[in-house]
Amino acid sequence: MGLALGTAAVVLVVLLWELARPTLKRGLARGVELWAASRRGSAPAGYDPGRERRAEQRARALLRSCVTEHEWAMYRDLGFLRVWGGLGDRARGANAAYAYLIYPHKPIVAYVPETGELLNEYCVAFPDHSKPYGSSRLPDSDDVLAKWMGLTADERRLVGEANMHLPGRQVDPDRVRRDLVRLGRWERELSRSPAAPPAPSPRDNVRAA
Amino acid sequence: MKLLRMKPGHGEVVLAEGDVAVPEQERELIEAFRRELDAGMWAAVPTQAPGGRREAELVKSFAEVPRDAERVIFFPRAAGGAPAALR
Repeated sequence: MGLALGTAAVVLVVLLWELARPTLKRGLARGVELWAASRRGSAPAGYDPGRERRAEQRARALLRSCVTEHEWAMYRDLGFLRVWGGLGDRARGANAAYAYLIYPHKPIVAYVPETGELLNEYCVAFPDHSKPYGSSRLPDSDDVLAKWMGLTADERRLVGEANMHLPGRQVDPDRVRRDLVRLGRWERELSRSPAAPPAPSPRDNVRAA
Repeated sequence: MKLLRMKPGHGEVVLAEGDVAVPEQERELIEAFRRELDAGMWAAVPTQAPGGRREAELVKSFAEVPRDAERVIFFPRAAGGAPAALR
C-alpha cells in the first residue's frame, strides 16, 4: 500500500513538473532579459550629452570636407541635403528626373523636382553593432554622410538595401513639402547673394559616363 | 593616405595613416583595410570631379582605392531600417 502511494506521488510530481516546466522556463528567460536590460540601462557607457556633442562636431567637419560648399551650406542652413537622382533617363544634376532629400536618422525621401511630387521613402540605417558607447547609432552628420556616400557612389545598391515605403510612412509629407519650399527660397536667395557659394550647374552635375 | 572609420558616440577615428609608396606603410594600410571589410564595413573614397562636383566611390578592395586618394572612410553597411513599432 505504502509503495503504491509512494509511486503515485512520484508520478504526480513528475507530471506536474512536466506541465509547469515551459511556463517556468519562459519566466526565467524573461527575468534574465529584464535583468540584462536594466544592467544595460545603468551601464556607465550610457548617453553622455557632452560626448555626443563632440562626436557630432567631428561628424559635421567630416561631412563638410566631403560635400560641395553649396551642399554644406544647404545642410547647415536647412538641416537636410539634396542629392540628384542618377538612375533616370536624364543625367544627374539640376535637370534630373528625380532627387532625394537626406535627413539625419530619417528615411531618404525621393521626389520629382519639377512638380514637388513625393515618390517614396527609403528607410535605411547604418547600425554599428560593435556599439562602442552602448549605442549602434552614428552621429547625425555621419548618418547623412553615409547616405550621401551611398547615393553618390552606388545609388542602386543603397536603394536596394533600403526598405521602400510610400511617402508619409515615417516622414510627414507636409513637412517635406515645406522643406522643398524652403529649399527653393534658400537657393533663390543664395543666387542673389554676391558671396554665394557656387551652386552646382547642371553641367557640373552630369555624371561621368 | 588616411583610413577613417565612423564611430557612434565619437565621430570618425583614424585607423591607419601612411604613404602608399612606402611598402611597409602600404602593408599596414592594407591590413587595416581588410580588418574593416572583414568586420562588415563599407569603404568609400570621397572624390572630386573636374567640374567641382563631389561624390564618393565605394571600394571593395585596397587595389580599387585610387593611389592618390587622401582618405578612405569606413562606415557600417546599410541595412533596411524602420522603427520596430512600424514593422
